[in-house]
Amino acid sequence: MRTISRKTGMAAAMLGISALVLSGCGAAPEAGPSGSAGASDYLACIVSDSGGFDDQSFNESSFRGLTNAGKELGFTPKSAESKANSDFATNLNGMMAADCNLTVTVGFLLGDATKAAAAANPDKHFAIVDFEYAEPIKNIKPIIYDTAQAAYLAGYAAAAQSKTGTVATFGGIKIPTVTIFMDGFADGVDKYNADKSKNVKLLGWDKTKQDGTFTGDFEKQDKGKQVTKNFLDQGADVIMPVAGPVGKGAGAAVKAANAAGKSASLVWVDSDGFLTAPDYKDIMLTSVIKTMDTAVDKVVTEDKGGKFDATAYVGTLENTGVALAPFHDFDSKVSAETKAELDALKAGIIDGSIKVESQSSPKS
Amino acid sequence: MSPSELSPGAPPPTHANTINEQQHGIWVKITQGPGLVSVLAVFVALVLGGLLIAATDAKVATTAGYLFSRPSDFFSALWAAGTDSYVSLFQGSIYNSRQGFAPFLETLTVSTPLICAGLGVALAFRAGLFNIGAQGQIIIGSIMAAYAGFAWHLPFGLHLLVVIFMGVIGGAVWGGLVGLLKARTGAHEVILTIMFNYVALYFLDFLLNTKAFQRPGETNPISPILDPSAVFPALPGSRLHLGFVMAIGLTILVAWILNRSTIGFEFRAVGANPAAARTAGVNVARSTILVMAIAGALAGAAGVAQVAGTEQVLTAGIAASLGFDAITVALLGRSTPWGTFFAGLLFGAFRAGAVTMQISTGTPIDIVLVVQSLIVLFIAAPPLVRAMFGLNRKSKNKPPKTPKHAAPAPAAPASQGGGA
Repeated sequence: MRTISRKTGMAAAMLGISALVLSGCGAAPEAGPSGSAGASDYLACIVSDSGGFDDQSFNESSFRGLTNAGKELGFTPKSAESKANSDFATNLNGMMAADCNLTVTVGFLLGDATKAAAAANPDKHFAIVDFEYAEPIKNIKPIIYDTAQAAYLAGYAAAAQSKTGTVATFGGIKIPTVTIFMDGFADGVDKYNADKSKNVKLLGWDKTKQDGTFTGDFEKQDKGKQVTKNFLDQGADVIMPVAGPVGKGAGAAVKAANAAGKSASLVWVDSDGFLTAPDYKDIMLTSVIKTMDTAVDKVVTEDKGGKFDATAYVGTLENTGVALAPFHDFDSKVSAETKAELDALKAGIIDGSIKVESQSSPKS
Repeated sequence: MSPSELSPGAPPPTHANTINEQQHGIWVKITQGPGLVSVLAVFVALVLGGLLIAATDAKVATTAGYLFSRPSDFFSALWAAGTDSYVSLFQGSIYNSRQGFAPFLETLTVSTPLICAGLGVALAFRAGLFNIGAQGQIIIGSIMAAYAGFAWHLPFGLHLLVVIFMGVIGGAVWGGLVGLLKARTGAHEVILTIMFNYVALYFLDFLLNTKAFQRPGETNPISPILDPSAVFPALPGSRLHLGFVMAIGLTILVAWILNRSTIGFEFRAVGANPAAARTAGVNVARSTILVMAIAGALAGAAGVAQVAGTEQVLTAGIAASLGFDAITVALLGRSTPWGTFFAGLLFGAFRAGAVTMQISTGTPIDIVLVVQSLIVLFIAAPPLVRAMFGLNRKSKNKPPKTPKHAAPAPAAPASQGGGA
C-alpha cells in the first residue's frame, strides 16, 4: 500500500512540476517606458457594508458602476470591504487618508459613519446608496430608488402569468429597501385583480400589516429554498425572492418543482437575473431592476465635472433608474395583451395618473 | 466499536474510562496545551497566508509566465506580493510614519471586545465546558446595554455604570440559563449555546423592527444613538475608549478567580474530572451554573464595549463574528487569562491592519480570515505543528517531558493553573 501510494504521489508531483516548468517558458516582455496614460488626479472610492462586493446586490452593482466610471475617466478606484459594522469608520478614515475626492458608501448601516466623515471632511464629497437623511447634508448625495414602481409592473405581470391564481414573495431582512419591492409587487397583484376582477392571491407579504415572510439574512440559500418549497406546496407558481443570493435557493426549489411536473417561475430582483443568475435563466419570468451601476457612474462623472450637488438621485421608471427586465425566454409565453397593459401601466406611473405608494418610498 | 463493548452482560467500566480519559486528554491538549504550539501555529498560518496572497497576485502570475527568461522578475514579484501586504498590515495595526502609533490605538480598540468575550470562552474551557454561546451572550448584553443607553437619560457617570451593569447582567443571564439547563437536565452545552445564539439573534432582529428600538421617524432597523453620558470616554483623536481598561481589569479578575479563589479552584477541579470533583465535595451543578454565568457576563462586557465603545448604536450586526472569533482567541491563548489577552491583541491587530491592507495594497480582507482559520486548524492539530518543526522526535528523546503533554493526570490541571 505504502509503496503504491508513494509512487502515485511521485508521479503526481512530477506531472505537477513539469506543468509548472512548461508554464514558465514564455518570453520576458521588453522593458519599455511605463507611462501612465490618461492618469488623472481625480479619485473616487467605495466602502461596502458587511455584504461585500460579491453580494450580487447593491454592493456589487455600485462597485461595478464605480469601476466603469474609473475606466471612462482614467482612475483606479480604491475599495474597502467592511466585515463588521465597526469597520465602517475605519474604512472611511482610510479613504480620507487616500485622498478620495468622492467616496461612495453602500447601505443605511453606513449612514452614521458617512455623516460623521462628511462633517469631519467638509471639502470631500460623498454619495450613499439606498439611504436618505432626514435633513440633507451638503456634501452627501443620496442615491435612492422608488423600486415600488417597477415591482408594481412585476406584480401585475406575475398575476397575469399565474396559472394557479397564487403568487408569492419573501424577503431577506425586513428593511425598507426590501419591503418596498414587496409593497409594489402586492399593489401590482391588486391592480390586476381589480382590472380583471380576478382573485389572484399573494403569499408572503401583507401590505397593510407590513409583515410577511423573511429568511432572516442575505446568505442562507437553504432557507430560501425551504421557504420557496412551502410556497410552491401552497400552490404559488410565481415567486419573487427579495433576498440577494438567497434568491438562488428559491431558484433551486423552483427547478426541483418543475422537474416534478409543476410549471413555476421566478421574478429576480436588483439586476436582470437572466444575465446575472444564468443557472436559472430558463425559469426567469422577469426581473425588477435597480440600475445602481449607472447611477453611481453618473454621480461620479458629474462630480469630476464639478457638478456635485446634495439633491437626492431618485431612480424611477421615468429616468430608468428602476425598470422591468425583458421577458427573454418567456417572451413568447406572455400574451401581447399583458404586454400592452404593462406598457400602459408604465406610462401611467410615469405621467402620475397611477400612484404607486409604499411607506418605504423615497420622501423627496 | 468491538463486539465485547456492546455485550450487555459485562459492563466495561474501565474500558469506557480509558476512552473518556483519552478524549479528555485531547480536549486538554487542544484547549490548554503548551503556548509554543500557539506561536508556531501563528507563524505557519502567516507564511501560508503570504503564499496565498502571492499566488493570487496578478503580477506574480504574469512574471511566472516568463520565469526562465528572467527569473528575477518572478522572485521579486513573489517577495513583493507577500511582504507588501504584511508590511501594510503592520502599518495599519502598529506603526506608520504618517500616523505614528495611532494604528496601535486602533488595534487596542478592536481587540477590546475580543479580549472580553475570549475570557468568557476561556473560563468555560477551564471548567470543561465548550461555550459556543459567546455570540448570543454578546447580543443579549448589547441589547440590554444599548437600551439603557438610549432610552434612559441618567446623570453623567451613573449612566455609564448602569449601561455596563445592564450589559453584564444580560450576558450573565443568557449564559447562566445554559448552565442551569445543563445542570438540571443534563442537556449538552454545545447544543444549548448554539440554539441560544439563534434565539438571541432573531430576538435582536425582532426588537429592531419594533418602535421602541427604532429611531423616531425611521423604518430602518437601527437604534437611536446612545446618550453621550452612556458611552465610554475616548482618547481624543482616536477610537480607543475606556473599555480597554475594563478589558485589562477583567483579565486580572479572571486570573484572580482561576488561580486564587475557591470557586476558581472548583471550576478547575470540575474541568479536570467532574466525578472526582463531586466525590471531593464540589457542588458540580452549582459550579456549572456559576461558570456559565460568569462566562456570559464577560461576553456581555464585550457587548458593552461594542455599544458603548466603538459603535454607539444597536444594529443587527452588533456582534459581527465576535463570539466565534472569541473561541479562536481563547484557543490561541491556551485558555489562560493573559494568554487570551495577548491573543486578543494579536487578532485585534489582524483586524485593524487588514483594513489598511485592503485599501493600500488591494489584498482582499478575507485573507486575514484565512490566516485566522489556519491558526485554529493548526491549534486543533498540535501533532501536525510539532511534526512540521520536528518537535515530536525531540520529546521522544526526552522521556520525562512526554507524560506531561500526553496524559495529564486528573490533578495536573490544578498545577497548570499557574500559567496565567
